Amino acid sequence: MDREAILKKFEPNLSNILYIMHDLQDANPQRYLAKEDVEACADYLNVPYSYVHSVASFYTMYSLKPRGKNIIRLCESPPCHLMGSRSLLDYLKASLKVDLGGTTKDGIFTLETTSCLGTCGVAPSMMLNEEMFGNLTPEKVDSILDQRRKEI
Amino acid sequence: MNLVRNHVLISIDAGTIMAGAKGVEKALVDEINKQGLSGEIAVLETGSIGATGQGVVIVVYPEGLYYANVNPEDAKEIVEEHLLKGRPVKRLIMTEMPRQQVIRKEKTGLLKEQARIVLKNSGIINPENIDEYIAAGGYEAIERAFTELKPEGVIREVKESGLVGRGGAAFTTAMKWEFASRAPGQPKYIICNADEGEPGTFKDRLILEGDPHKLIEGMMLAAYAFGGSKGFIYIRGEYALSIERLEKAIQQAREYGILGDNILESGFNFDLAVMKGAGAYVCGEETALIESLEGKRGHPRNKPPYPVTEGLWGKPTVVNNVETLANVPEIVRHGAAWYRGYGTDKCPGTKVYTIIGNVATPGLIEAEMGTTLRDIIYDYAGGIKAGKHFKGALVGGAAGAFLGPEMLDVQMDFINLKEYAAVLGSGAILVMDERTDIVDMLQSVLHFFKHESCGHCVPCRLGTKQLVEIIDRIALGKGKTGDIEKMVKISEVMRDTSFCPLGQSLNLPISSSLKYFKDEVYGRVPATV
Repeated sequence: MDREAILKKFEPNLSNILYIMHDLQDANPQRYLAKEDVEACADYLNVPYSYVHSVASFYTMYSLKPRGKNIIRLCESPPCHLMGSRSLLDYLKASLKVDLGGTTKDGIFTLETTSCLGTCGVAPSMMLNEEMFGNLTPEKVDSILDQRRKEI
Repeated sequence: MNLVRNHVLISIDAGTIMAGAKGVEKALVDEINKQGLSGEIAVLETGSIGATGQGVVIVVYPEGLYYANVNPEDAKEIVEEHLLKGRPVKRLIMTEMPRQQVIRKEKTGLLKEQARIVLKNSGIINPENIDEYIAAGGYEAIERAFTELKPEGVIREVKESGLVGRGGAAFTTAMKWEFASRAPGQPKYIICNADEGEPGTFKDRLILEGDPHKLIEGMMLAAYAFGGSKGFIYIRGEYALSIERLEKAIQQAREYGILGDNILESGFNFDLAVMKGAGAYVCGEETALIESLEGKRGHPRNKPPYPVTEGLWGKPTVVNNVETLANVPEIVRHGAAWYRGYGTDKCPGTKVYTIIGNVATPGLIEAEMGTTLRDIIYDYAGGIKAGKHFKGALVGGAAGAFLGPEMLDVQMDFINLKEYAAVLGSGAILVMDERTDIVDMLQSVLHFFKHESCGHCVPCRLGTKQLVEIIDRIALGKGKTGDIEKMVKISEVMRDTSFCPLGQSLNLPISSSLKYFKDEVYGRVPATV
């Protein structure tokens, strides 16, 4: 869906800004809010570019930098921490050869951490794009990521 | 509705979807069709049944038999053996039963009947079907409100019930409504705070996924009571299934004339919208949430004025938590006296807990106010996992308190815990066994706060950073004499001077870890010479 079509889904009210930015970001193949996205949103809502930028940078679900096709968001809150999320993070960094916030060379994965996802009954857990995964082990993470690579 | 001989309930929530519930559901339906049983056996989706970490869970009625860790390959066996021949598949029968189900069936006779008010329908009805909610007594409360109680009567019942907010602050619910009802200005708004972000808490998610109409009815009753006409449900962006289910439920309610203009010929107009958050813990604070709804950065506002007089777009606004609102229909339907039959004198009703960490069966339970930590851990959650021992628990989320074994037998309710300088908070109970390093856990808590501090006020923005620097070096074994005292001091300044509860509450995990695990924490820094 192009930018115009996304914007037109919403009334040009400021209270729709989070929804608009969610949809613009989801439609961007690099899963981020590009300069053009921010501009389009600002024009549509009749607010300055800086305003949209400031709101986008406040919320963790938006990115202002290009990302990979798949966003890994590993939970690092206390419940997942207790169940070993830190060693999983080390494992992911090593196996994907990226730092936190980095994107793999092939552009398939971006590694991020997140605050509690509310799936603590199956900690440690992570989101891969919109999908949740729990009871993670290095082996399980490997198989989830392999599966995703095959789907591309 | 067709008369069927067996109902197969499949629990569809974020947890079971992760475990492949949709695939199992499809396999079951396919197999039932293949065997020509589609007229006799119905497969129904329901919300969480209260057990997590047990894979895909299904329940076969009328037997009430639970199967856990079901895979699509098991469908054929379940259909052929159990549903066709009446022979349960033993290897799949759930061994770690969620407590409330055991009690409800009165098989053990050990404890009195489990109190389920908020979670009454969760895991029993299909949350995507309004008829099932109505069949379970849903929307009777709003009818009673319209015909018998009128707005004043609703406020009176809720006031007499003693209901206080379940989001953490424990403010008297009816009082908020009264303030808003008296406040000048129109329109008035009701906001449901479903921005559940307190680490370890997922009770609201399971209510949203398991019984969305109960929340809608609760919001209607609240709005009717104080004169609100429009409601918003602010759900965190990560809760995709909650958002989907609630939008569906709102649509159904509109089609039934339960939302909209002149509802059930009462003259009451009310409609609802779902708002999707974008990842900010601070938006759980009610004024920050309002800012976010208005399309701004989620910074908390100065109080007063309180939202009940000047809230969303400057209009009188009531902000209530999901669990609080989910209590309301049952209170209005059965009356305050019935509600006060649960819980303690000072804190009536129940509390929904999420019990997680090193326990045998992590999950969601609803227990009466006044239940002890020991009962919750050992009775409901099956005790400590893998034969380990209880070391402590972090109760109330990251903004909660570390508690030691001496607190196991304290009655848990909002008032009683306060006397022990602890909080019930959101109801998250993170259980830690003897292998847990308290400094490591405190480090995780402080990192969480540093990440989530919104940067609006100086004490919180700088305080969280300094605390993280100190705890990081203590954790590395490079702590200095006086570091712990410094942490306490900084957190006290934050408690007294931060703009909102985020910065104010951080003193609690620090002071409580020192209260119950003093030797362990002090053992990590050089002693004073």
